[in-house]
Amino acid sequence: MGILEVKDVGKRFGGLQALSDVNLSVKENTCHAIIGPNGAGKSTLLNCLIGKLIPDSGSVMFDGQSVLGRAPHEINQMGISRVFQTPEIFGDLSVMENMMIPIFAKRDGNFELNAIGSVFGNKDVVEAAEAMLEEMNMADKRHMHAAAMSRGDKRRLEIGMCLSQQPRLLLLDEPTAGMARADTNNTIDLLREIKEERDITIAIIEHDMHVVFSLADRITVLAQGTPLVEDEPEKIKGNPKVREAYLGESA
Amino acid sequence: MFGLDRKDTRLLILVAILTMAAPFLLNPFPEGSAMAQFNAGYPDLMQRFVIFGIFAIGFNILFGLTGYLSFGHAAFLGVGSYAAIWMMKLLTMNVIPAIFMGVIFGGLFAVIVGYISLRRSGIYFSILTLAFAQMSFALAYSVLTPITGGETGLQPKTNDPRILDGTLADGATPKANIFGLEMSSSFELPLGSWLFTFNTGYYLAAFVMLASFYVAIRIFRSPFGMMLRAVKSNQQRMTYTGLNPRPYTLAAFVISGMYAGLAGGLMVAMDTQVGPERMFWTASGEVVLMTILGGVGTLIGPVLGAGAIKYMENIISKINSDILHTWFAFLPDGLEDLVVTLIYPFIGKGWHLTLGIIFMLVVIFLPGGLVEGGQRIAKLFSRKKADDNTSDVAKAPAE
Repeated sequence: MGILEVKDVGKRFGGLQALSDVNLSVKENTCHAIIGPNGAGKSTLLNCLIGKLIPDSGSVMFDGQSVLGRAPHEINQMGISRVFQTPEIFGDLSVMENMMIPIFAKRDGNFELNAIGSVFGNKDVVEAAEAMLEEMNMADKRHMHAAAMSRGDKRRLEIGMCLSQQPRLLLLDEPTAGMARADTNNTIDLLREIKEERDITIAIIEHDMHVVFSLADRITVLAQGTPLVEDEPEKIKGNPKVREAYLGESA
Repeated sequence: MFGLDRKDTRLLILVAILTMAAPFLLNPFPEGSAMAQFNAGYPDLMQRFVIFGIFAIGFNILFGLTGYLSFGHAAFLGVGSYAAIWMMKLLTMNVIPAIFMGVIFGGLFAVIVGYISLRRSGIYFSILTLAFAQMSFALAYSVLTPITGGETGLQPKTNDPRILDGTLADGATPKANIFGLEMSSSFELPLGSWLFTFNTGYYLAAFVMLASFYVAIRIFRSPFGMMLRAVKSNQQRMTYTGLNPRPYTLAAFVISGMYAGLAGGLMVAMDTQVGPERMFWTASGEVVLMTILGGVGTLIGPVLGAGAIKYMENIISKINSDILHTWFAFLPDGLEDLVVTLIYPFIGKGWHLTLGIIFMLVVIFLPGGLVEGGQRIAKLFSRKKADDNTSDVAKAPAE
């Protein structure tokens, strides 16, 4: 029984069957990659996991509880954090504030009217945020405007913000899309470090094979809205069905 | 001090000094001199400065922090005023219950309007709030006449019940007071050719504004304030960080509605009458102008903006062509007439034109409002100092 269980999920947009009979089980403390060619339904599946879309059929269970019908902020409070394709951070706020917000959210829940105490009076939050900035090697940038940072730093900050909540499942949506090779490698190293040092389950949607094969313990290949194969990376590489679907050639 | 860091404490003390010494500071010109008409140190105008200051501070908590532009905030001001005048009619002419009920009703009405309007954001939110305000205006103007007095509005009458006050002496009119001290009572201090007026109503309003300003600083620096800025910055990230933006924006909306209600209550305390025009959309627009002119999202900006607009409204609108002619009397006749003709459209009833031009200049050249202007001037003066010190940006926030 995995921490994330997707059963018979189907989703239709008008005449397009985006997902059908998707079954997926993500085991705890593994890195599970979902790959597939463009239009395979990867993003639709991800959106079904985090509450942005509700599937027409099937169930999505996280840690024994259904996530369907819950708002995104409730799903986050259950322990799922999401990293976006383009880094989503609070651009108008300082790096330090960016790091404190998720920690407040983890501590106080989805709404808390704490309007009189000072932000920096919350020593536990300040300390946790500083420790996480240290871990992300961003302590020197704490007073910077988040929007002024480079793409790679924004990505690091976003991952740090997600980790600061100590999520049980980290969802990454093409975390290296549009990145230069060096930034991609940095991100891979960072994710590998996270995987090794923390008790965390990672589900990653990715296009870049290099990233997938350097990180994943298990890979699910999605094609035309339905899983084609699920296996270990080594076996996926040689699978003729995958080559055909993914590369579109029968070589 | 007071749970604020050094910089905020300094700002609070500065505002305290400015408000307390306003009767001196706003009356720099001797009585009877040609410049005396630029004096703003008379009670009626000073009261307006601080009351609209409160209104704008509250509006800035919503607009400055969350970025939600309400175009109907005058509705809460009006509701607060009506609540206050009814307290004066039913309970007592003491202003305390009136002001208190102004805050409560402003807040309650904001809960309803906010709950519905906050379902949308951006321009749709603005239009919804505008619609609510105009509906309130129309209701107050006609349908709700038994409660609002319709077009003529409401004033305390001699035959109102006023259950807490004793019966009025014959021929006496009900006057707003605080525990017997009348709002309109003033102490006048003649010093040489100057005349300074210390008015009870002004000082009450000034103290309330100081308290409101202090609360606003606390909100800006609190985790709640940070979440409101997060709403403005990136709602998507906020939701996926486990936070629900809706209650945050609603709370900000209600708080700013309460500030507006407070301002409405104080207006009634100073001048015991209400009419529906207080809720008209131009009044809602005015507070938007004040906030933008002063500096959106800054602490002191809205107060400065309110002061600047009320000063222009009251002082520039009083200048007429005769005054212009005396100013330019030193010019040759033809030239004098020409100059006066050129300036005339911008004074008197044309003060809106002056305001409009100043507003455009500020928005184009000082997007941060008057506060940004002040900062630029301060930077010019401190440039030499800054060279030997490390830059301000890297300074750690005080805790």
